[in-house]
Amino acid sequence: MSGAMSDEELSLPPPIIARAGSSAATAGQWRLMAWRFSRHKLAVVSLVVVVLLYLTGIFAEFLAPYSPETTRPQYTYAPPQGINLFAPTPDGGWTFNLHASGYDITVDTEAMRRTFTANPDKLIPLGLFVTGQPYKLFGLIDADIHLIGATDPKEVVYLLGSDRLGRDVLSRLIHGTRISMSIGLVGVVISLVLGVFFGGISGYYGGWLDSVIQRLIEVISAMPTIPLWMGLAAAIPLTWGPIDVYFTVTAIVSLLGWTSLAREVRGRFFSLRNEDFVTAARLDGAGEMRIIFRQMLPSMTSHILAMVTLAVPAMIIAETSLSFLGVGLKPPVVSWGVLLQDAQNLRAITSAPWLLFWPALFVMVAVLSFNFLGDGLRDAADPYDN
Amino acid sequence: MTTEPDIVLSVRDLTVDFAQRQGSFRAVDSVSFDLRAGRTLGIVGESGSGKSVTARALMQLVDPPGRITGGSIRLGEIDIAQLPRRGEAIRAIRGADISMIFQEPMSSLSPVHTIGAQVMEVLELHLKLDRKAARARTIELLGQVEIPNPEQAIDRYAYEFSGGMRQRAMIAMALACNPRVLIADEPTTALDVTTQAEVLDLIGRIQRERGMAMILITHDMGVVAETVDDVAVMYRGQVVEAGPVDQIFHGATHPYTQRLLAATLKLEQPAERPLPVAGAGPILTVRNLGKTYQLGIGAFGGKAKGTLRAVDDVSLELRAGETLGIVGESGSGKTTLGRLILRTVEPTDGEVVYSPPGAPAVKVRGLDKAGLRNLYSEIRFIFQDPFASLNPRMTVRQIVGEPLLINRRGSAAEINTRVTELLELVGLDAGMMARYPHAFSGGQRQRIGIARALALDPKVLIADEPTSALDVSIRSQILDLLIELRARLGLSFIFISHDIGVIRYFCDRVAVMRRGRVVEVGDAQTICTSPSHPYTQALISAVPYPDPRRPRMQQRARYTETTV
Repeated sequence: MSGAMSDEELSLPPPIIARAGSSAATAGQWRLMAWRFSRHKLAVVSLVVVVLLYLTGIFAEFLAPYSPETTRPQYTYAPPQGINLFAPTPDGGWTFNLHASGYDITVDTEAMRRTFTANPDKLIPLGLFVTGQPYKLFGLIDADIHLIGATDPKEVVYLLGSDRLGRDVLSRLIHGTRISMSIGLVGVVISLVLGVFFGGISGYYGGWLDSVIQRLIEVISAMPTIPLWMGLAAAIPLTWGPIDVYFTVTAIVSLLGWTSLAREVRGRFFSLRNEDFVTAARLDGAGEMRIIFRQMLPSMTSHILAMVTLAVPAMIIAETSLSFLGVGLKPPVVSWGVLLQDAQNLRAITSAPWLLFWPALFVMVAVLSFNFLGDGLRDAADPYDN
Repeated sequence: MTTEPDIVLSVRDLTVDFAQRQGSFRAVDSVSFDLRAGRTLGIVGESGSGKSVTARALMQLVDPPGRITGGSIRLGEIDIAQLPRRGEAIRAIRGADISMIFQEPMSSLSPVHTIGAQVMEVLELHLKLDRKAARARTIELLGQVEIPNPEQAIDRYAYEFSGGMRQRAMIAMALACNPRVLIADEPTTALDVTTQAEVLDLIGRIQRERGMAMILITHDMGVVAETVDDVAVMYRGQVVEAGPVDQIFHGATHPYTQRLLAATLKLEQPAERPLPVAGAGPILTVRNLGKTYQLGIGAFGGKAKGTLRAVDDVSLELRAGETLGIVGESGSGKTTLGRLILRTVEPTDGEVVYSPPGAPAVKVRGLDKAGLRNLYSEIRFIFQDPFASLNPRMTVRQIVGEPLLINRRGSAAEINTRVTELLELVGLDAGMMARYPHAFSGGQRQRIGIARALALDPKVLIADEPTSALDVSIRSQILDLLIELRARLGLSFIFISHDIGVIRYFCDRVAVMRRGRVVEVGDAQTICTSPSHPYTQALISAVPYPDPRRPRMQQRARYTETTV
């Protein structure tokens, strides 16, 4: 070291939070968050899964081989057929041939049930982007192309099996994804708006207003949700469609569900209110609204995002369990909960376990993904706490 | 290696690395020193120099991802560097052979156990004493660290103790097993200067009585000069210079040591600065200002259990163009006073009058929102913490431009030009405008805060401990910047600090505060050299002086409250 060091050189280099280099210096909070989030591998994978699930919901008609309503009495409780990539050729070799193996169906007249035995010689050729049942994409565009299906429209395949009425479980799962992944969002949005509003004024103004809101929150949190839900479901006119009923009930319940978010927001406001940079803004002459919207809210949006992400799985679980109990969504609406309700009998569990397995798997994957995603977001939400 | 008999701990080429995403960061780089019985080694350095990591490494207390990657730490026959981080072997050494005093006595003590229980635990674990013997020994130890009424104090909790008393309890715990080596990591940094003097006295006395070897880690050259025998100066993980204290202070050869000493000594006398205009009128007058807090109001309202008079009947006068220092220990009300003047904390009684030259005087307490906004553009504030006072989510341009934007001082382009001017004024490169605060060091951030304060051409600046979060070499730079700005822009300052050195360097007049009251006001030089109030005398004499040949603390005056 030479004696010609300047004082600034003698002090330490500035702390660089994320990657070294000039880009970190001008990186805003979202970029820093993204860097930090990307280090959380499980959360990144979960993000991909969540995005895939939503894409599945959006393009359900295209992705599903059949309509979820199509019943085929001759194929009740048909087991999954699976996809094979190669088929034997007559000369003893193998060739690429996307197919599913067919069934031999025998009817047991005594037990009144059909028995399906796989017949490897009976090949049902499958194709991508095949023509099948017509549908309206996004409810607007007429189309009849499906991602996967039997190349011969007269053939039927049940890649994940069929249910009591011979409906395709895969198609029902895909359509159920749309309902289950979206319906909770309504509740979350209502909770978000109410939570940020009440939590915000409670935390920002404090004093008696805070006391009143906090007592209100305590009263609301004490209300039991499930009996309320059941009562409301019974009180709504029977003429309403099942989805309307469910939306209404979810909306009413989320009117009670905003309390935890409000508490969190209030806590954030409390701690931010005494931050020096907020006092500095006040001394810059900033008014209340400017302080809230320019200084305080940007400091907590990332936290709110993380909290909302963690609130979605609770809504999914709520939908699933209420539908399972028969007080949430009801057929003919298709959701994961409704699918599970179909698996609610001994026959399904013993002879058609796929009715239970697939919806349960989807629920678990969705809930876990949201939880990991939320954890990752929460860890990344404050990139400055180093 | 020849071992002298009095060497207790011998450190050779100690290296600690912190694994990072790419490569690793070397926090401690080939550090060697010996600890001798009965002597104190001071490890001195600025933040990030690796001094605390070194101390923790000696007890295998470096947290992952940090790891000792080289060198040896010989304690007799044992090489601590080779011991696993966890396990019997290292636990037998911690607390028994080597023990440590930490900086934060509050967070180092458990809040849910009594002081006595925590000391007794050490005794029961290491010396296998039974309850009764442990309790007797604990009372004895608490007595040795001069905690009054040890028989009662043993059953009290940490929160019932003051900072100094907590640190004494920590010392008692560290001494419980008669360790051969005591490591004190910034033991007095969190304490007031008078308490610091007493705790340092105590540590020194105990160390001499017991003939312990001691390491004192500190950033404060004054503390080093007053208390240690040998010094090791650390800089960026390396010991750049080591030797007896007198040699370091009077014959330093390394440029870093010289610079550190120069920065410290610079703050021992007043800066060369223009004198305030004689006979200038007051620009800010504080009359009988007070703030009372109601204590213990529960969730349902109700009657207060008591009141706290944070600021009590304070009257001061800031003359145009002068710098008024407000000095006091923690809890003296100096920070509250600063906030009362600007009404970020609402005063309970008294009055603040702002009388700018050539304009009518303004009674601050009578102002409405618009009036306050005008006042805030004339009187600006500089914060203590350069990290908390800048919104991390805004760029420097936004932060410095915010007051201009709010007060509608020109178009976007004009504001941009003004921000450029301001950044250059405080010695920053205007090209850094697009950066976020996290890309700056503490000193640079404080400059950004100053630029923001200057944005609206203020007449008065209130600076609340603007340098206390900074290293000593940066501290004098910021003070020099403020002195220069004051002369160029004709500013008046209220400068709040706990640090007498900084006050003497920067201020024309000083008000000394204690328990919410001003005990003495006067010319800065007079207050710092021959104060008249006994409290001020005690305060001034407790400040450690950075010259081992002229210790000041030992002959300090003590102040005990006689009448309230």
